[in-house]
Amino acid sequence: MAEAIRRQAPLSRWVIYAVLVAFAAFYLVPLIVTVLNSVRTEQDIGSTSVVGWPRELALSNFGKAWGTYCIAQRCEGISPFMWNSILMVVPATIISTLIGALNGYSIALWRFRGDNWVFGIITLGVFLPEQMKLVPWTLVLRDLGLSNTITALVFIHVIQGISFTTLFCRNYYVAIPPDLLKAAKIDGAGYFRIFWRIVLPLSPPILIVTVIWQFTHIWNEFLYGVTFTTGAQQPVTAALIALSVSVAEAPQYGVQSAAVLIAALPTLLVYLFGGKYFLRGLTAGAVK
Amino acid sequence: MNVQGRPAAPRRSWRAALAPWLVHLVLWPPLLVSVVHIIGFTGYTSWISFTSSTLIPENDFVGLRNYNSVLASRNWAIATENLLIFGTGFVVLTTAIGLTLAVLLDQRIRAENVLRTIYLYPMAVSFVVTGTVWSWLLNPSIGIQKLVRGLGWEAFRFDWVVDRDMAIYTIVIAGAWQASGFAMALFLAGIRSVDADLYKAAQIDGAGPWRIYRRVVLPAIWPIFIAVMVILLQYTIKTFDLVRALTGGGPGLATQLPSLVVYDLMFQRGLLGRGSAAAVLMLLYLLAVLLPYFAFVQWRKRRNARHG
Repeated sequence: MAEAIRRQAPLSRWVIYAVLVAFAAFYLVPLIVTVLNSVRTEQDIGSTSVVGWPRELALSNFGKAWGTYCIAQRCEGISPFMWNSILMVVPATIISTLIGALNGYSIALWRFRGDNWVFGIITLGVFLPEQMKLVPWTLVLRDLGLSNTITALVFIHVIQGISFTTLFCRNYYVAIPPDLLKAAKIDGAGYFRIFWRIVLPLSPPILIVTVIWQFTHIWNEFLYGVTFTTGAQQPVTAALIALSVSVAEAPQYGVQSAAVLIAALPTLLVYLFGGKYFLRGLTAGAVK
Repeated sequence: MNVQGRPAAPRRSWRAALAPWLVHLVLWPPLLVSVVHIIGFTGYTSWISFTSSTLIPENDFVGLRNYNSVLASRNWAIATENLLIFGTGFVVLTTAIGLTLAVLLDQRIRAENVLRTIYLYPMAVSFVVTGTVWSWLLNPSIGIQKLVRGLGWEAFRFDWVVDRDMAIYTIVIAGAWQASGFAMALFLAGIRSVDADLYKAAQIDGAGPWRIYRRVVLPAIWPIFIAVMVILLQYTIKTFDLVRALTGGGPGLATQLPSLVVYDLMFQRGLLGRGSAAAVLMLLYLLAVLLPYFAFVQWRKRRNARHG
């Protein structure tokens, strides 16, 4: 391609850059708007629009959003909900990734009768709409006595997540040469020893992909959060909707922007530092 | 283990005999949990959709009654129509933007990584967050309309989000904003995987860069077009949070989608049977997209295997 590109007129180079930068601006607008609003006062936003340069820095928006803002009659800001999300996402991500690694290893390398069927069904779980599982989950949670708890959400996300984590790990482990395992088996290594000594040391790339995928998805998940928890038990995505509803009469765009920004920060940071792995997960999770 | 010529200790052989069983004991529970929850939950929701369940699940069979009432409802008809408009607009717009960006980024662009990072970040952020921000921008009394009017163009109107006929297109825009970077990434990966010899041959024939894309690259990556479209279509069917945060399904029913109808029936109106019927219909919509795609993938695999 290089030859052909060098022949391009400089003008068309400029057009290409202009289009690319224009799109970059389009993608960034909502983020910039949120960042700017998060340090603007309500009067400032109210008298102009949500798009504007701060006249004075209202850094107190962050403090209010974090600690004193009222959501559904509770005036503790979004911090309790952030903690809920963290308490949900950390165990759910770790457990589902570990199980996925074991499952993937079982299916890909420790072949057993019916492995293809099992894998096929687990893959279906990736596509199944969440709406198909709402009623059964409600009953299961009730029977387990977990209704309206963070534990319930951890439980759900682990079990749902297994489909994705198994898919990722299985597709990665399939590439491990079987001879490597044969040699280990002849040496008398069993299921666990092979996993621990051979498979796991080869796994960091796929485990990073899986952890990032699970973290982002569970953090951003909304339907289960809003269906299975209420009030003080909600994760932050569900609480944000309650927040936008509760301020419908007297909108506080500044504080809300700060809240939205805080809620988006964990996944944004993960994306900035692990973008390559994020994309890999996205591709693997979508195309299969 | 049992080395030749030296009889194993009895305890050791007992363990050796148990080992394969132990493996199955470890291997099966997580697999079974996933398999059972996928099949069991799908089966249970399907069963409930044939019962008269309202607030609590009942076990009486009432045939297709729930399906009939869902399909006859105005709510569902509008949701399906919206899904078609949203699906078409979203898939076309997202694919177009994604492909344009991929082709442009393939022109040895400086700062390609920075641009890619910017294009893709919306996928990392919750739909709830982006939906909220978009709802402000689109809100005529505080967003873009007010901004432009404030700049002096008093007659400017941009109130799609409160306009019954146009609101669905705001979902299209916000959805495309969210997903087009992802489409870009898939297309770019495809373009970069095209055989370098094909380029060279076309160049020797004297073809310019745009001609090469039209005649060589795009035809070579057509399977990616299909994959991208299928992925986007299944997004549209599952879309829930974006609409919930952006318009809540309104104004009126203008942006109602099947996923919102399911939620509304199950948890706002307490009609589990009807809600389940709607969920099963959603699943059927999804299968209508996915089954032909899986058949297509299998067909290509077999054809590739045959042609080497």
